[in-house]
Amino acid sequence: MGAVTSAKLLASAAFKDGKSCQAFPFFGVDRRGSPVEAYCRIDDSFILVRQQVYTPDYVMILDKTLIGVVDVLAGLKEGGVIIVNSDVSVDFKSDAKVFRVDATKIAFDIFGKNLVNTPILGAFVKATGQVTFKSLIAAIKEHFKGDIADKNVEAVKRAYKECR
Amino acid sequence: MTLNVLEGSMAVAESVRLCNPDVIAFYPITPQTHIAQEIATLIADGKLKCQHIEVESEFSALSAVIGSSAAGSRSYTATSSQGLALMHEVLFAAAGMRLPIVMNVVNRALSAPINIWNDYQDSVSERDTGWIQLYAETNQEAVDLTIKAFRIAEDKRVLLPIMVCMDGFFLSHTMEPVDIPKSIGNFIPKYKPTHAYLDSKRPMSQGTFAYPKPYNTLRHELSKTIDKSNIVIREVNEEFSKKFKRSSGNGLIDTYKNDRKISIITMGSLAGNLRYVVNKRDDCGLLRIVSFRPFPKCDIIDALKDKETVIIFEKDISLGTSGGSLFEEIRSALYSLDKKPKIIGVVCGIGGVDVKTDDIEKIIESADTMDNGKIVWLS
Repeated sequence: MGAVTSAKLLASAAFKDGKSCQAFPFFGVDRRGSPVEAYCRIDDSFILVRQQVYTPDYVMILDKTLIGVVDVLAGLKEGGVIIVNSDVSVDFKSDAKVFRVDATKIAFDIFGKNLVNTPILGAFVKATGQVTFKSLIAAIKEHFKGDIADKNVEAVKRAYKECR
Repeated sequence: MTLNVLEGSMAVAESVRLCNPDVIAFYPITPQTHIAQEIATLIADGKLKCQHIEVESEFSALSAVIGSSAAGSRSYTATSSQGLALMHEVLFAAAGMRLPIVMNVVNRALSAPINIWNDYQDSVSERDTGWIQLYAETNQEAVDLTIKAFRIAEDKRVLLPIMVCMDGFFLSHTMEPVDIPKSIGNFIPKYKPTHAYLDSKRPMSQGTFAYPKPYNTLRHELSKTIDKSNIVIREVNEEFSKKFKRSSGNGLIDTYKNDRKISIITMGSLAGNLRYVVNKRDDCGLLRIVSFRPFPKCDIIDALKDKETVIIFEKDISLGTSGGSLFEEIRSALYSLDKKPKIIGVVCGIGGVDVKTDDIEKIIESADTMDNGKIVWLS
């Protein structure tokens, strides 16, 4: 689903905001479509710790079919925020604040395929304000080129608008 | 200095580009793959002009760069795990022929069972081959050590191959801010081989047969040379730090708040977690081994001589000794002290198991109750 790219773009955006960052994947199998976890840390100074993230502030779920298969809320901090890609509202049975966006629909409308890893970041900015929208757009334009960059920007803008 | 957010492998590929190798050969293996891919891209884009030899195995990759280095070319390769194990036979040849090859080892566990994650069983197993081994803590240090490695290897007082070791995934696949110098100027001058090169007017044989006496002499020379290479490693580290305003400690070891009664010791990226723990507490400081070969015995003795307790966290297991090689070597280095600190070994991170800061703290807190020489296996 491109979660690794999501984490990288987020780190890159945070860095553009003047923060330090660290993005890394936990690799199971190196092929598209297999369940993957990717992490992003943001801090004011260089990040020393290199263990996996066990108590996240935010959880982004790119594929709602993972809910119930994987404990997606494991370790989520009190007052944490969930951002989920789903066409229907999801009951997480948790006190965490939930933001939902139909990133799959946005992706099919714009790319013609299920590329939800950038649209979900639009929802993340809306839900958390942890990186600025301007820096996210800049990070996307740096990572993708030409027409693909434009489409990703469009997708992120739509997700930002449609995120509830 | 211009920081950019880069993946460790991409950053290292950029540092290789800055050093202008003449010949590169590698065989892709996880987690080294991104270095191979990025360097191939740099060559295809015309940003790195060098001869890229495609080979069918790691044994061939190192054999090819042994050949190119013996012909007088600056030569580079990179590998991981089983790939390094497959190179084992020719690692000795590279060192014995005194070829200044630079190789990034992206550390990964060895089979069986198959495991792609990080530990140091691969490179530590090759500690006796005559290669210098340097271990990076951060992506920045992986870049810096790779640049320094060319300079150290090609120094006429050294002329030895170097492994620049970096943790698989923890560094290779992690993005963080890194400075890639725009230019390294004459820090790495053009390679002018003096002992091994191809010249029809001055033909030579290399890596030939030797009877016991000359073989014995050459091995002794090799041993003395790698021991003395610590002088050059120190010098190059100092010059690099003057030019680029960063260093790897004194080149051999790095210490942080090491004036406290407990020293916690490690190599590579795990030092980040240890630093975090040191910042939280007031009873321990950090000793990080940058150069595992040559083994900086004097520096280690000096850093540990007044300690009550030293705890070694290492991602290696020397099967049959219950612990890791670093533990055994540090314990042996401390033998010459009259007042020896208590020493505890921790085998951790084997097969990529996460070494959590909480686990590190628990061990520090229970060190008091542990017997001298105790080895703990963290899983």
